[in-house]
Amino acid sequence: MDINAILIAVAVIAFLGLFIGLFLGIAGDKLKVEEDERIGLVESALPGNNCGGCGYAGCSAMAKAIVEGAAPVNGCPVGGEKVAKNIAEIMGVDSGESVRLTAFVKCNGDCEKATKNYTYSGVKDCRMLSFVPGKGEKACSYGCLGYGTCVKECPFDAIHIVDGIAKVDKERCKACGKCVAICPKNLIELIPYDAAYSVACSSKDKGPDAMKNCKVSCIGCGLCKKNCPVEAVEVTDFLAKIDYDKCQGCGACAEKCPKKAIVKN
Amino acid sequence: MIKELLIIAISSALISNVVLSQFYGLCPFLGVSKQLKTAAGMGLAVIFVITLSSLVSSVIYIYILDKLGLGYLKTIVFILVIACLVQFVEMYLKKKIPSLYQALGVYLPLITTNCAVLGTALTNVQNYGTEKHAILFGVMNGFATSFGFFISICILAGIREKIDRNNIPKAFRGMPIVLVTAGLMAIAFCGFSGLL
Repeated sequence: MDINAILIAVAVIAFLGLFIGLFLGIAGDKLKVEEDERIGLVESALPGNNCGGCGYAGCSAMAKAIVEGAAPVNGCPVGGEKVAKNIAEIMGVDSGESVRLTAFVKCNGDCEKATKNYTYSGVKDCRMLSFVPGKGEKACSYGCLGYGTCVKECPFDAIHIVDGIAKVDKERCKACGKCVAICPKNLIELIPYDAAYSVACSSKDKGPDAMKNCKVSCIGCGLCKKNCPVEAVEVTDFLAKIDYDKCQGCGACAEKCPKKAIVKN
Repeated sequence: MIKELLIIAISSALISNVVLSQFYGLCPFLGVSKQLKTAAGMGLAVIFVITLSSLVSSVIYIYILDKLGLGYLKTIVFILVIACLVQFVEMYLKKKIPSLYQALGVYLPLITTNCAVLGTALTNVQNYGTEKHAILFGVMNGFATSFGFFISICILAGIREKIDRNNIPKAFRGMPIVLVTAGLMAIAFCGFSGLL
């Protein structure tokens, strides 16, 4: 047996390993990137869903932005007050107050209430419906299409299609805003979690058209505006809008609405 | 000389495509092809690593292993070299080009375990050995092979983006339809076999 061959092989591998180790060690030292240790701490305080609701690429990008001062400590819409407090502690600043938000679908025209012009049987994705006549099968071109693009997008399983329209589960909703961004009809809005009443319609059609298209559409009659004691309701483009900062939740608007387009949350 | 290089390039990029006819590197091919953007990033990282590792492994084989008669150690040595190289590339990018480092993310270290890298290094040694222009041919083969990987992963990602919006029978949803797609792509690539 040639003992030399074995020794040479061992020596070559050992030498190579040693060389690579030294090389990587030196390179690692030379190419070291200084990282603020708070980035790791803030990242572990964030929820870790990587939903992108804050406007950054993910939780680690958000953590970096917070530490660099580019994002506010309460910038995470998902974590809410609790997470903001933890992060503020790490950063040594005051968290301030953050209002809990929830997504709200501004349409109530389910299968029974909204008129359909025809039956669509194509790809089940709301974004596809903008290519079909009338921008969807419903007579109302503003209403929820009910093909669940928002349902697929929601990382928290908080939005579902009920009777042909999207409904938000308020308890599960973390207000990350992904459904808001993806809805091709721009129907979904983030409203305060404790908002008492909202307008569940987005139709800007004139009164008679809106009347024909859906049983629960806003026809822009303005009765809600007249009856609101604190002037929280505005009607623009035949559509009522409630200012949640002013609204006191008396319910006069919902009571007077002839079409029941204003609903209690 | 130039003619030979051209033949190597075409045959490794298209005719014996690393993924679609040799079935190397299937893991990232199926795993990272959900979006065209990330797939392109992965493809570029693989091009970079394979080209560099072809160069280094050829040099080590010719000037160290072959000289000492240790050709049988090539597999273990190449694994060491590739792991080191990927690690180094990662460090370098993190320091010098952080934006590219961010874009490649976790795929960069994952290339260490991509068998296409080791496969190419071993094929180079097997085909060109210690002949006159072995290093040049090796680098060319490495680049062409990884470019073939880049092409096929980008095509698959493009198809998958389209598939996502379709109504697929339940049994085919997810991986099955991707595997069927990859199979059809492999058959299509067979069409290149008469090129040379």
